[in-house]
Amino acid sequence: MQRLFLIAEVAGRTVAIDSDQVESVVDIGEVTAVPRAAKPVRGLAALRSRVVTVVDTEAALGLNGCSLARRAVITRVDGHSYAMLVDVLEDVAPFVLKPLASGVALEGAWGTAARGLIERDGEPILAIDLGALVPGSTLLPDQD
Amino acid sequence: MDDLLQDFIAETRETLEALSGEIVAWEAHPADRARLDAIFRFVHTVKGSCGFLDLPRLERLAHAAEDALAQVRDGARTPDRALVNAVLAVVDRIGEIVEAIDAGHALDHGGEDLLIAALAEGSSEVIAAAAIGAPRTASRSVRLNVDLLDRMMIGMSEMVLARNELARRLRMNAIDPAVEAALERLSLTVGEMRDTVMRTRMQKIDALFSPLPRMVRDIAATLGKSVSLEIEGGDVELDREMIEVLRDPLVHIIRNAIDHGIEAPAERRGAGKREAGRLTVSARQSGNQIIVDIVDDGRGVDVDRLIAKLAAIGVRSERELRALPLRAQLELMFHPGLSSRDSVSEVSGRGVGMDVVKSCVDQIGGRIELENRPGHGLHIAIRVPLTLSIMSAIIVGVGKQRFAIPRQSIDEIVRAQGAAIRIDVLGGAPIATVRERRMPLLDLAELLDLPRSGSATAQMLVIVAAGPGSYALAVDSVIDNEELVIKPASPAVMATGIYAGQTLPDSGLPMLLLDGGGMARVAGLDFSRDLDEAFGAASAEPEAPGLPALLFRDLDGAHRAVPLAAVDRVEQVASSQVCHAAGQYRLTVDGRILPLAMQGTIDGRARFSVLRLKDEDVEVTYAIDEALDIIALPADFVPARVPGRAAGVALVDGEQIELLDVLWVFDAHADRATAREAPLCLIAGDRDGWMTTFVRPLLESAGYRVATALAAGEAPAVILSADASDAPQADAPVVRLRRKRQAEAGDDSVYRYDRAGLLFALEARVGAR
Repeated sequence: MQRLFLIAEVAGRTVAIDSDQVESVVDIGEVTAVPRAAKPVRGLAALRSRVVTVVDTEAALGLNGCSLARRAVITRVDGHSYAMLVDVLEDVAPFVLKPLASGVALEGAWGTAARGLIERDGEPILAIDLGALVPGSTLLPDQD
Repeated sequence: MDDLLQDFIAETRETLEALSGEIVAWEAHPADRARLDAIFRFVHTVKGSCGFLDLPRLERLAHAAEDALAQVRDGARTPDRALVNAVLAVVDRIGEIVEAIDAGHALDHGGEDLLIAALAEGSSEVIAAAAIGAPRTASRSVRLNVDLLDRMMIGMSEMVLARNELARRLRMNAIDPAVEAALERLSLTVGEMRDTVMRTRMQKIDALFSPLPRMVRDIAATLGKSVSLEIEGGDVELDREMIEVLRDPLVHIIRNAIDHGIEAPAERRGAGKREAGRLTVSARQSGNQIIVDIVDDGRGVDVDRLIAKLAAIGVRSERELRALPLRAQLELMFHPGLSSRDSVSEVSGRGVGMDVVKSCVDQIGGRIELENRPGHGLHIAIRVPLTLSIMSAIIVGVGKQRFAIPRQSIDEIVRAQGAAIRIDVLGGAPIATVRERRMPLLDLAELLDLPRSGSATAQMLVIVAAGPGSYALAVDSVIDNEELVIKPASPAVMATGIYAGQTLPDSGLPMLLLDGGGMARVAGLDFSRDLDEAFGAASAEPEAPGLPALLFRDLDGAHRAVPLAAVDRVEQVASSQVCHAAGQYRLTVDGRILPLAMQGTIDGRARFSVLRLKDEDVEVTYAIDEALDIIALPADFVPARVPGRAAGVALVDGEQIELLDVLWVFDAHADRATAREAPLCLIAGDRDGWMTTFVRPLLESAGYRVATALAAGEAPAVILSADASDAPQADAPVVRLRRKRQAEAGDDSVYRYDRAGLLFALEARVGAR
């Protein structure tokens, strides 16, 4: 069954995001920092009359870089709105979600976010779950 | 049930109004399926609700109509004029009965059988359109969609913001007094309006608490445990949205408490606890938060086992987990996929639970605090914001960033360079002395790790009240006072523990609301010493928190205390209101003459205070010099040897405080109006005054007259004796009290702390005469 996917570039990789998870795509304005919050929390931004939590997807994936992107995908998780920073938005098109090829070991946090893959003109693209990248209220301190 | 009935009436009335058009249309086109369905749904709903609400008459009518309509829907019957008429008559009748229920007057059964008979196929019953002009009571409630209330709230928030903006712009220039007055009026109206709108969203937390007794009983019965539940604070009001969100977490915590916390009766006996576990659920408001406390007296959380479990499922190594601070170790119980119980039970322990509780509470910007007393129970406090709405806040600046602090948690704001302010460093910790009040100093810039703007030191100190203590928060600037619409922030932001929510002020740039208590916790400020002082007595003796009493300086200069429950109020009176008449002092107050008791003299005083002591209809005043404080009396006070003015002596803050015997005050001063025919109970052999102190109030409240010695011509109905050796002097049945809990064989005495047993024994013997 074909579903609509948003093809975007996150942390230098092309990924596919299920359109069900995407509320809108916006350009983020000024961001208010949230001191002491976990690293993936870039801050807060205003979206019309709403306040959204801006998530640095690179940090959420456990990568060292910090995203310079201003473009974001708005998603809702557990009643809160999040703006997930993405580098480039490429396309919206219907694809068939397929399971990951067995034996593929994904690097770092990609593993927890991966939901399968789609094929675009023969090129496999990782389908990710934005919810898995949203930082929660961690009970355990970061392990580093 | 009344609520349900009201809902039913409102709903039926509303549907009937909407249906009247359908009915007319159906009458014109009996074959119209959509109309038929609408009417069918209506009678079907009424039938269902009636069965539930026990309204057999309505149910019978609705049932008959439903049957007839079902036949039409199935195609077994074609609607004809007679059927339409009959159904309409039934629908009308339902409307009449509902109005009658609402107005509370009776409606005769006349014709209902006819109505039902008319529904039968081929019936030729002629239905006279019942036109009883029953007076319809004006409906005083409307049912609204919650969405509408939400929209109203959002509109209200916008209005407040617009008012702020307008005020700011107007005040930038010199303002015409007439405009100022108009603005003032607008502000007032908007403020009142805001309170009203907010109230429409509030609901008593009782909605959450009322199903608990049944639930606790059922769960406890399933598990073979006995639990006594206490509920307090059902009157506290909370945003209805919050109530919905809290429902599941509360149920879950209570299940856990009964299943995991409270032990089986045998185990409790072994641990020296009473067999029935105690579970207290209470709600209270504290500033801008509602705190729901769930306290059980079970075994508490076994942190060691928790850690072993988490290590076993591979969350972290045991060593790492043990290295966490104690509080964090305890909070591991919120870890997903954890069940601290080894065996899965029917009630809980499926490994889903506390993590869900936490995420629910997180969602509304709340916080859960745990206090574990291994072997003695667990105290869970859920703190949630009062409402997701408007709050008055002070905006402070640190570096380039601005933060809001709720007005309610701010004691005062002072300049750091002010004359009465000292800032010192004590053992590495900065402290501020504000007008001789010493408190810890917290630098917001350091706490948040933000660079300071301009000057190297903070300019302003905001004194923040955080639960038991206060601290000074150093900020660069205090900018403004604004009404803000506060929304809960996302879990990742709340996890920092120092924010209470987020808001979008006029600047268009999101701002964080700081949490006074949270900052203190994160910075490691320790107010537990004050806490211990405040709660020391309570936590050591949770069974008897101490009797609250009013401490006062008496006319003779002595400090005395009187149980707070006995004091109706304290009042200032003038000596001119006092008269020595009919053998005692009497006070004229509120147009009445009340007896005035005193120890000492009021001579030479122009004014003094009186305690107004009230016991049902009897009122006595007691003259004092000055009311001092409200204290908690220790449970183990020394009873007086001789019954009289003092009930006993208690040690309060190292000082011996005499406890005024309220019974003496009433006994010696109240104008007698007690029922003479009440059975007289003679207390014999009360050497240590124990019975007079403890048993007498019980007896009197149970309707006995009590005497320690017989007046001439009096005969006791029953004699209460502490000792077998005290021979009863009168011809009356004797009830003996014993000191030991267990009775020896053939001993018919009553254990002296067994209140119910004592009253029962007295009643049995008085009744047997």
